[in-house]
Amino acid sequence: MNVVTNMVHLRDVFKTYANNTKALKGISFTLEPGEFAFLVGPSGSGKSTIIKLLIGEVAPTDGDISVAGFDVANIKPRRLPQLRRRVGVIFQDFRLIEKKTVYENVAFAMRAVGASNQQIRQRVPYVLDLVGLDMKTKAFPSELSGGEQQRVAIARALVNNPQLIIADEPTGNLDPARSLEILTLLQKINELQTTVLVVTHEKSLVDRLSRRVIAIDGGRIISDGAGGYYNYEEF
Amino acid sequence: MRSFRAGYYIREGLSSIFTHGFMSFASVFIVVACLIIMGSFSLLAVNVNKIIGDFEDENVILAYIHESYSVEDARALAGAIDAVPNVRSARFVTREEAFNSFLSGVEDKSRFEDIDATVLRHRFTVYVDDIAFIERTQEDLLNIPGVARVTANLLIARALVTTRNIVSGVSTVIVAVLLIISLFIMMNTVKLATFERRDEIAIMKVVGATNSFIRWPFIFEGFILGLFGSLVAFITQWGLYTAVTDALLSGGATGGGLIQAISFSQVALSLCVVFAVIGIGVGIIGSSFAIRKYLKV
Repeated sequence: MNVVTNMVHLRDVFKTYANNTKALKGISFTLEPGEFAFLVGPSGSGKSTIIKLLIGEVAPTDGDISVAGFDVANIKPRRLPQLRRRVGVIFQDFRLIEKKTVYENVAFAMRAVGASNQQIRQRVPYVLDLVGLDMKTKAFPSELSGGEQQRVAIARALVNNPQLIIADEPTGNLDPARSLEILTLLQKINELQTTVLVVTHEKSLVDRLSRRVIAIDGGRIISDGAGGYYNYEEF
Repeated sequence: MRSFRAGYYIREGLSSIFTHGFMSFASVFIVVACLIIMGSFSLLAVNVNKIIGDFEDENVILAYIHESYSVEDARALAGAIDAVPNVRSARFVTREEAFNSFLSGVEDKSRFEDIDATVLRHRFTVYVDDIAFIERTQEDLLNIPGVARVTANLLIARALVTTRNIVSGVSTVIVAVLLIISLFIMMNTVKLATFERRDEIAIMKVVGATNSFIRWPFIFEGFILGLFGSLVAFITQWGLYTAVTDALLSGGATGGGLIQAISFSQVALSLCVVFAVIGIGVGIIGSSFAIRKYLKV
């Protein structure tokens, strides 16, 4: 078993895309196991690039990245599935499979990593209960509200017991009440010792939760405050 | 591959055919349409070749035996004639048989009352394997001691060979072009069906599915659609071909039986294998190629 000292560690990470866009200009930060942090910044600041780097979707131009014990900067393509099984990703647009039920959407993530039917039958109801969807297992995504769909996405991210959850604007399509519910759920998951990184624009929510906030702009970290304040009004 | 995984791939592949019903229907329809167009033209080409072959069989060489040879001596040349390359078979005809055959085709037999069979020679009617080499065969036969003269209708033979070569060349090119066009259309339809599911593939990648886990259900689905398409195409082709040949026979378009169409049973096995190979091949290769670019994430 891997002993993970830092769950996420970025050191002097640069990313320049093929069209010469410099997305990141020397980013460094660390997330400890079990930590909860917000990543905030305006559009084009480099937030999405950081997420893509953390799940191995793109490679850095320079710098070191480690996630859950994986050297992501030099990871071989055949090892990417192992990395992604340790990282659960939640998207703003939920990305559920419309033709599968709630249960199937979550079970599908377990099947993808080779879990047996017995393991699936045990784990999926537990996770759906955790996110409060135990009564809607047979519903299709189109029959659910936005908040419920996001909970399915959280259940799917959670079902393989990841060490890190990355939530990319998880409340972007939800009203304030549902947004708070989702963040409360993410906090609950964090209390179970899962590291959580939330990328968001919701200033009120960030302020309300009083957690660490990493602010980036122009591909650089402009503030890393472990106090739960969100002092960049222009975002 | 663990057994529950194989079961999952098959279940996923099958269920996906139904959940993406329209695209599955479109894929099968295109496979069927392309195979039938290609199959129809191939059957037409096979029949044209067969008709030419029938005419070629009618084009024989006559090898006349020296007058001094008795019937027994002449008949004894059969072995030497059969041994000549390109000779498929040789039938001995005595001068009496040849004379009677000649008379049977003459209306006013009284004109030939004064002559008998001795004016003719014993002969062999020689059938060849390939009409294209008829001149060479003619020379070889002439070199056999006892063979006095050899005749063959070289003009017709050359015309038939030229016709056969043109038909073979043209039909090969057309079938090849149709095959390429069909493969292109079928592959694109399969690609289109996969494009509709790119988000599904992206989600699988994000949750940590391996490429083979994602690929197998698609490949199985492509296999089933290709197999089903080729099966439907084969049955439809069978019905169409039988209906067309029956209609031609009853409509008298076969020259009063002079032209015989190949029965479907003669080509059924070959056509079935070709359809299955193309259908399944396109299904599997099309699916594999189509998802390849979505796996590079």
